[in-house]
Amino acid sequence: MKVEQISVFIENKSGRLAEVTRLLGDAGVNIRALSLADTSDFGILRLIVNDREKAKTVLKENGFTVSKTEVVAVEVPDRPGGLSQILQTLDSNSINVEYMYAFVERCGENAVIIFRFDETDKAIQALQDKGFTVLAGERLYSM
Amino acid sequence: MFFNEEFETLPRPALEALQLKRLQTVLERVYASVPFYKASFDRAGIKPADVASLADLQRLPFTTKQDMRDAYPYGLFAAPMEDIVRIHASSGTTGKPTVVGYTQRDIETWTDLMARSLAAAGVHRGDIIHNAYGYGLFTGGLGAHYGAERLGASVIPISGGNTKRQIMIMKDFGSTVLTCTPSYSLFMAEAAREEGVDFRNLKLRVGIFGAEPWSEAMRGEIEEKLNLAAIDIYGLSEIMGPGVAIECIEAKHGLHIWEDHFLPEIIDPETGMWVAPGEKGELVITTITKQGIPLIRYRTRDITSLSYEPCPCGRTHARIARMSGRSDDMLIIRGVNVFPSQIEAILVGIEGVEPHYLLIVDRKDNLDTLEVQVEVDERLFSDEVKVLQGLAKRIEKEIKDMLGVTCTAKLVEPRTIARSEGKAKRVIDNRQLV
Repeated sequence: MKVEQISVFIENKSGRLAEVTRLLGDAGVNIRALSLADTSDFGILRLIVNDREKAKTVLKENGFTVSKTEVVAVEVPDRPGGLSQILQTLDSNSINVEYMYAFVERCGENAVIIFRFDETDKAIQALQDKGFTVLAGERLYSM
Repeated sequence: MFFNEEFETLPRPALEALQLKRLQTVLERVYASVPFYKASFDRAGIKPADVASLADLQRLPFTTKQDMRDAYPYGLFAAPMEDIVRIHASSGTTGKPTVVGYTQRDIETWTDLMARSLAAAGVHRGDIIHNAYGYGLFTGGLGAHYGAERLGASVIPISGGNTKRQIMIMKDFGSTVLTCTPSYSLFMAEAAREEGVDFRNLKLRVGIFGAEPWSEAMRGEIEEKLNLAAIDIYGLSEIMGPGVAIECIEAKHGLHIWEDHFLPEIIDPETGMWVAPGEKGELVITTITKQGIPLIRYRTRDITSLSYEPCPCGRTHARIARMSGRSDDMLIIRGVNVFPSQIEAILVGIEGVEPHYLLIVDRKDNLDTLEVQVEVDERLFSDEVKVLQGLAKRIEKEIKDMLGVTCTAKLVEPRTIARSEGKAKRVIDNRQLV
């Protein structure tokens, strides 16, 4: 039930983000979701793409440092308090969220949030036990 | 002003005769008491008795900083430990520093030569010397201190740091002489301005600056901002400490090297041969009176030239030109000696860090800055900001702990540091010093 995210190290200088998106675009890789964490010196670009291998290969070939990270995609009811219920479940199980960001597409009536947890398997179990829908990677990549 | 007029103005023939006698004595001594020298002289096929003139010096093998490290800590000492009264070590080196030992007579000599140096800079009894060189294993603080006392001046052993307090004391105590690194003097000037203290209202008359390279332009800036005469002093712990050579206040042109104790040569760092008189090359010094750790043909790695032109001050000792660089890759950052290889060793020690790095040295607000750029490869990379920031902090901390120099670590993308013919350029020094 895990989703594979690609993380890219980007120096904080002009044109680097554009370079990543250009390379992916030229390779025909579609970005499904992204988030950029930034500091004064560098940034970490996190991507969910339709073709992970191709994305990794093209970025590496062009000198970027790339890693794969397991994240979790969770369906969130698209109404007030929807996200809160999920976070409460995590909190009561003492699971930390390292970071999170929203997926572009909706899944039916629900929004989709990407989570990076400190304990991924435990988090998936806790969420499923509470009846939340955790999306499989294959489903997400092709959404 | 002379401290020891007889020796400072000794006619050249008499000075050279004295040098030869002292050289022969020290060679006999090290050959008999230091296994390293016996082995190296034997390898070169020369005995102390073969040295019949100062020109024969060229036949002797060199001694290097690496030889000192290999002999760590006491292997090159020529006096028994019972006769050693003081130990100093070079500042800021990882692993094995270079250790030097002084007999009571060595301390007396150093004290005299430092007093001689201060006198040459125009310092005299009645002066109040604000000694902001660091006290400790570093030779700067104690060397200047003893010399100041020998001269009969009043010395304030303030050491480094706490600039605001330094300025208050300088003002309230009526300091007339300042001794510190040239960059720290400008840093003080800036701090004083912020405190509303005007150097024109202070009693400072002379500043004696050393322990790091500086330029004529910087002299002009210091003299203007601190309202004093800025004098260049040279020394290194291996040879003695501060007071090996100093400019006289009369000429402020070249540093008199005290030739009755140190024998200077200028060599081509590539061939090891003497350069033509007056030409630039690497300074090599033989200590001819030291007992604790005499050094024969020690390669200082400092680039300078030697002049035997008569000086208006009347001293007959040769003058070395202001240091114009190094024949190795050593950097001097805020007075701390740093070799790129030391930083490389620290980076290798940090798990996973591939030593692809670049050191950028600059001078901002009159203080040296060091930026260590490290390429982030897959082993180092994390998708979490805190992990990468932690890595940068760890690099900064380890460099500070090991080398005593503050730096900022910057993580950069792979292959952004230029590689040339397989060997990367490791240092960019943006300081305009010469």
